[in-house]
Amino acid sequence: MLRPAKILVVDDEPDLEPLMLQRMRRHIRAGRYEFLFAHNGVEALERLREDPSIDMVLSDINMPQMDGLTLLEQIPQVDPDIRSVIISAYGDMKNIRTAMNRGAFDFVTKPVDFEDLQVTIDRTLRHLAEWREALASRDKLVALQNELDVASKMQQSILPTEFPEGPTYQIFGSMEPARSVGGDFFDVMNLENGRIGLAVADVSDKGVPAALFMMSTRTLLKGAAIGSTDPGEVLREVNDLLHEDNEASMFVTVLYAEYDPASGELRYANGGHNPPLLVRADGSSTLLPLTDGVALGLVPDLQYDQDSLTLEPGDAVVFYTDGVTEAMNIQNDEFGTEGLRAIFATSPPPNLEEANSAIFEAVHAFAGDMPQSDDITCVTLWRRESEP
Amino acid sequence: MELETRREEGTLIAKAESRVDGANAREFQDALEAAIDADDRALLLDLEELSYISSAGLRVILLTAKTLGKQDAKLAVCSLSDPIREIFEVSGFDKIIPIHPSQAEALAALKG
Repeated sequence: MLRPAKILVVDDEPDLEPLMLQRMRRHIRAGRYEFLFAHNGVEALERLREDPSIDMVLSDINMPQMDGLTLLEQIPQVDPDIRSVIISAYGDMKNIRTAMNRGAFDFVTKPVDFEDLQVTIDRTLRHLAEWREALASRDKLVALQNELDVASKMQQSILPTEFPEGPTYQIFGSMEPARSVGGDFFDVMNLENGRIGLAVADVSDKGVPAALFMMSTRTLLKGAAIGSTDPGEVLREVNDLLHEDNEASMFVTVLYAEYDPASGELRYANGGHNPPLLVRADGSSTLLPLTDGVALGLVPDLQYDQDSLTLEPGDAVVFYTDGVTEAMNIQNDEFGTEGLRAIFATSPPPNLEEANSAIFEAVHAFAGDMPQSDDITCVTLWRRESEP
Repeated sequence: MELETRREEGTLIAKAESRVDGANAREFQDALEAAIDADDRALLLDLEELSYISSAGLRVILLTAKTLGKQDAKLAVCSLSDPIREIFEVSGFDKIIPIHPSQAEALAALKG
């Protein structure tokens, strides 16, 4: 403690005050203790109300007007964090027990051994310092929890809940947040000429700063996607804008794709994200080639290449984040893209909502008791086998 | 986070072990910052013993490269295992951080 510890001494004997000041003079001069005095319980409560910076009370038991045991009961109403030490007659176990039961931290006996008293005071003050530290960490935890709640709500609020659907295609996506907020999000946008924009992204950090970064990425993506017909161009624009004001060196991996339901053509650009999985109607699957893009927000003036493919009826493309493939089990094995492919190899998706749940279930079954350390996101696009 | 470090002609060589993920990325960053001296000309991160790095860990490497840039020092990584190499390639980090097959080759490149 930087300031001297403030100790209120309560005793009706007038001799104690000069004695205390004399015996403790070294500690008072060294700025460790500061003593205040009261002569009964009523006066003591007045002092405590006047001065909220009093740390501890050292009180006699037998006093006029209000005795020490009654005082003990009253102190928590003024300040529950004050610690009290009782001065009792030697061998007065009954009163000592009552005092302890009423919340006294410790006791010393008369005649007062000042060396022992000093040890007792220091122990009480040490306990008080630890107690205050514990309270402060608890408050910090509560604040942090509130912050995480805000971040988590922001993350959930930007996810689409309805998906475009047509006679020839279906889209479904969902995200399961890790317990501590992660940085995944996805978006599905209606573009000009019936085309659909799909984005799956993962921000490099957690918490409120990451959630804000996520919000700007999502807004910038939407803006760029609406004005463009070129996925590589969309990523180039978003990358430059994100980089402009990115002191914290956050980054976001983004897979952005445009799907044309009329032709079945899917064009995509990959900014440092996991490659999507193409699943054929027969359950066989391949990862779509990387387009050599760098995660967004790091380096300005990058070009983003794009690739394209045409979906055959019955084909599905699974976009996901590393929360799926890097989920670990107790042996530290990763779920991997093999895990993802296995799900579709045995049963190609009859409907996408079920396919998504199947992925989440498989990841959880694989991870077993290992806690989920990252968000799990999955967005699936399916070219219908035939018109319903 | 334990970092095994040594110096060779102005290059700080740090060996990262096990995993760097969201849970210990901050520790990794603190350990790196503590290890770097003002007169280090380069930091070589040996990732041979690293089994996993998350995006939060990649970000630490990037922030460290930035810090080093301020003292005109360089950063390179070497001895990547296959899974780590894949993470660098998928994220595009192989295009912004120099990667070398071994410490010897990295040191030669950093000198030149």
